[in-house]
Amino acid sequence: MKVLVCIKRVPAPGAKIQITEDGLDIDTRHLGFTIGPHEECAVEEAVRLVAEHGGHATVLTAGPPEAEEQLRYGMSMGANAGVLTEHTAHDPQATATALTETIRTLESEDGNFDLILFGNESADAGNYQVGIRVACALERPIVGGIKGIELASEGAHVALQRESADGIEVYQAPLPAIAAVKEGLNLPRYPSIQGRLRAKKAPLRTMQPETAPGGLRTVQLRQPPEKQHETVVLGYGADAADSVVDLLTEKGMV
Amino acid sequence: MLLVLVEDESGTVTSGSREALTLARGLAADLGLPVHAAAFGERSELAATLSAYGVSTLHLLEGTFTDDYSPECWGAALGELIQHAGATGVVAAASDWGNEVLAHASARTGEAFASNCVTVHAGERWSLTRVRGGGMLLEDAELTGAVKFVSLATGSVEPAELPVPQQIATQSFLPEQVGDLAHSTIVDRTTRGSGVSLSTARVIVSGGRGVGSAEGFESLEELATLLGGAVGCSRVATNSGWRPHSDQVGLTGTKIAADLYIACGISGATQHWVGCMGAKTILAINTDPEAPLVTRADYAVIGDVHQILPAILERARARKQEVQGAA
Ligand SMILES: Cc1cc2nc3c(=O)[nH]c(=O)nc-3n(C[C@H](O)[C@H](O)[C@H](O)COP(=O)(O)OP(=O)(O)OC[C@H]3O[C@@H](n4cnc5c(N)ncnc54)[C@H](O)[C@@H]3O)c2cc1C
Repeated sequence: MKVLVCIKRVPAPGAKIQITEDGLDIDTRHLGFTIGPHEECAVEEAVRLVAEHGGHATVLTAGPPEAEEQLRYGMSMGANAGVLTEHTAHDPQATATALTETIRTLESEDGNFDLILFGNESADAGNYQVGIRVACALERPIVGGIKGIELASEGAHVALQRESADGIEVYQAPLPAIAAVKEGLNLPRYPSIQGRLRAKKAPLRTMQPETAPGGLRTVQLRQPPEKQHETVVLGYGADAADSVVDLLTEKGMV
Repeated sequence: MLLVLVEDESGTVTSGSREALTLARGLAADLGLPVHAAAFGERSELAATLSAYGVSTLHLLEGTFTDDYSPECWGAALGELIQHAGATGVVAAASDWGNEVLAHASARTGEAFASNCVTVHAGERWSLTRVRGGGMLLEDAELTGAVKFVSLATGSVEPAELPVPQQIATQSFLPEQVGDLAHSTIVDRTTRGSGVSLSTARVIVSGGRGVGSAEGFESLEELATLLGGAVGCSRVATNSGWRPHSDQVGLTGTKIAADLYIACGISGATQHWVGCMGAKTILAINTDPEAPLVTRADYAVIGDVHQILPAILERARARKQEVQGAA
């Protein structure tokens, strides 16, 4: 069982996101970085699948050299290897090409990955397409929004579960397959000290594939307009309960 | 021609698709092009609605592949139709399904796709604004290529029918290349059980780190039951194992549209805010008067949720009894 997880370096959350003066990027001077929650679950799932079925898990990112930090985090969670594809473009077609080229190289050396996992959409840009573009280029099945993964015992298929408006759907895909997963698939582990130490020393591979720009170009990022309004403070502590119940009554809820 | 991918719920065109149709009609008028629509399977019943939105041709994608949904086959089939019919732009609602099918079709045709747009202007290049991170930021962008793909975030356009419906023709399209695709197949479907779901609840009592424990949610459960609503939570509550992920409100959880959202011990980080900002009224209960959710809420109570909730429950029960006694 060989599993590959594609992750992205994104700014860590804060209450408000600042933008650089040229309007082209998020101002990260006062921010840390992280991998998106969907992708953290993808790494967790890869590590669990390998623990259950044997094999190994690799984390891959297309990003700046600093994205090494996110690869090492993935390895500290238990992934066996990390690959950095140096790539600083933001457009989803170019990112998909960079990832596809890297995967082709890795697979030509060492055979196909049985399963490739993506986050359903990146935490920052949310383009909803990089995993699908890679899957189309590699001619593999892909289902998005996945919240459950089960490998068939004979190892030829994978069952992928997702939520829809009406309930739960289960898809079957022949291996090798790709899944774009959502948070809720599992509860990602917090890396252990040993995991962190191991990941710090593990060798990392770096690749530099050629990519051409795609057709979606960011002109500028903006803050959504804030609604101007005053908060009505109903009170302090338990004494406010009467005012709250008045509000509930007014809304027809009690 | 501009093509709109139409989504329907039991034979009725969804409101998201009506928005997409309205947007496409405006873009097509600027470009001097007709609007066509595409749907999967035998869907002639959609023609009347589509003609009211200005569609001149409805393409029905047919074949055994439409018996059950497979994202790869449906996306590839749409890609084939786009090339066959010569679409220069493709528009759909930015639902999970719309985004998925457009991403496949744009990948197959090698064209760019801008998801979750709120405004789009057509021309040689299309200039657009899309939401990132569910609404945390806005991105102004340009889209180029022979075929432009956009999905429209819900609520961005007011759906508008024509005073006089457009004449509409229906054509079948049988894609040739979907047969050999490596693809997934739906093998099981279970419909949701009853109970108030987060996305439809009128009132949601939601808790975050400030609730402190799984047991701490008991009083939130009680209040939600009393008000006939549902319990929600922040990502800290799910990650701490206090609540299942299905309760999470926010960017990677559910986006809610309740009449009242009661946020207990939730700071209101942007990733949470984008999930609850759709509520009509927000009441924040927090020890910190400067917490972002407190400053953005309509109403706030400052203090410890462990003291405030029991007091609210007690008064609310009493009030309910008074009302029932009086009735
Ligand atoms: C890509 C991404 C996606 C995310 N998606 C989501 C998402 O979908 N949903 C989500 O919620 N978060 C999401 N997050 C996480 C988000 O950024 C915040 O970390 C999270 O929402 C904080 O949860 P919280 O408000 O419960 O905790 P905190 O931010 O720690 O806030 C706790 C609040 O409780 C108050 N408090 C403490 N004790 C008490 C008490 N006794 N009584 C009253 N008040 C008290 C404090 O004053 C504080 O305001 C996401 C993050 C990322 C990076």
